[in-house]
Amino acid sequence: MIRIEGLSKSYGDLPVLRNCSLEVGRGEVVVICGPSGSGKSTFVKCMNGIEPVQAGRITIDGEVLPSKPAAAARIRSRVGMVFQHFELYPHLTVMENICLAQIHVLKRGRGEAEAKARALLRRVGLADKESAYPTQLSGGQQQRIAIVRALAMDPIAMLFDEPTSALDPEMIGEVLAVMLELAREGMTMIVVTHEMGFAKAAAGRIVFMDHGEIVEVAETQHFFAQPSSERARLFLSRILAH
Amino acid sequence: MNYAWNWSVLFQAPYLGWLGQGIAMTMMVSIAAWIIALTLGTLIGILHSGASGALRLVTGCYINVFRNVPLLLQMFLWFFVVPELLPKAAGTWLKRDLPHPEVVTAIVALGLFTASRVAVQVAAGIAAVPRGQSMAAYASGLSTLQRYKLVLLPQAFRIVVPPMTSEFLTIFKNSSIALSIGVYELTAQTQQIQSFTYQGFEAFTAATVTYMTIALIVTALMTVIERRIAIAGPLARG
Repeated sequence: MIRIEGLSKSYGDLPVLRNCSLEVGRGEVVVICGPSGSGKSTFVKCMNGIEPVQAGRITIDGEVLPSKPAAAARIRSRVGMVFQHFELYPHLTVMENICLAQIHVLKRGRGEAEAKARALLRRVGLADKESAYPTQLSGGQQQRIAIVRALAMDPIAMLFDEPTSALDPEMIGEVLAVMLELAREGMTMIVVTHEMGFAKAAAGRIVFMDHGEIVEVAETQHFFAQPSSERARLFLSRILAH
Repeated sequence: MNYAWNWSVLFQAPYLGWLGQGIAMTMMVSIAAWIIALTLGTLIGILHSGASGALRLVTGCYINVFRNVPLLLQMFLWFFVVPELLPKAAGTWLKRDLPHPEVVTAIVALGLFTASRVAVQVAAGIAAVPRGQSMAAYASGLSTLQRYKLVLLPQAFRIVVPPMTSEFLTIFKNSSIALSIGVYELTAQTQQIQSFTYQGFEAFTAATVTYMTIALIVTALMTVIERRIAIAGPLARG
């Protein structure tokens, strides 16, 4: 489904990704974790080509992603993305946010796009918010709408870049619940997160990154029981201690 | 001070008519120049904010030239120098056949000068939209054109309304420089009233009050626009 081969990226002299390769199959849920600055956010942003890379090849559903960001628009529209800071469009209502790309990229009619949006909003329990503006909503509500906005495009896979890191603790649960449900329905998901509870519950495999490298890829149970790398062991002992 | 006040000159023929013509000319020159400035400045600002190196260079040159040369000098250049540099036929047409060459020149000069300032504001407004907005637009598969039209510009325009108000106000005040190439706008007309009647205080008071009235009307208008387009809640987020 998504194959990443030899991905490398640097900002000037500073390397942020070194020769990263990963293959994610249909219906698989993969969690990427690692200390901050390890390149995991950049990695997931490279997967749909919104961050340019210096070397490497990304294949999505059999199609190679062009290296120029603008050229990759069509393939990108098939992969949903959810950001740490939601990135809903503040000048548009919830409904307009969800319909924008449906209408302008997929060329759906407004009626069809709105029907799709309403059905998805009901699923995440926000049917009454369609005419609200993003800033009138809580962080948890905004993130659930951002997920709906991505799902409305009927994506073949979903990328999550620290979807709960900007949320108040009491709102993390409502977002994770939506993500868990998605995972159970068989959505292909790549999730950058520090929520190890979610990783244990939903992920098939864990990717551990440090200093721009993929240090370890392991089955979830195996990763938490006995990680094979020293760096992963250290990381786990730090975040599971509290 | 020994000064014989006589406010009634302002309401006598032909002076009242001169004032009226001056106000009409000031409004006409300013609004025509503003249309040029807004259209061209927005376009240049958008191109300047883009990723293309060549476009950035060209638009940067425009901004630097037009923003850094004094407006008075620009008026002189357009009026006295440019027609001489053009091919002979075009220069002659500008000087002899173009109706009201001084008015047209003033509008073009003021418009191009203000466009450079508008361009800087628009580019700054686009840069002020958080980078994540661009990423979200990209991620959903929107094209560059759609990203600007649907996501970046609607937010950038809201951000730049207050500085635009101030540019719009400035264009009315700057239009007075057109008197230097012979445009009979408000300041020129009041100067003429002063030379004919020696009632300079009254004439210049009338001009002052008129400029201030225009400014207050423009400010009120822009405040209404600003309120109309305001986004619920603050734009800035953590």
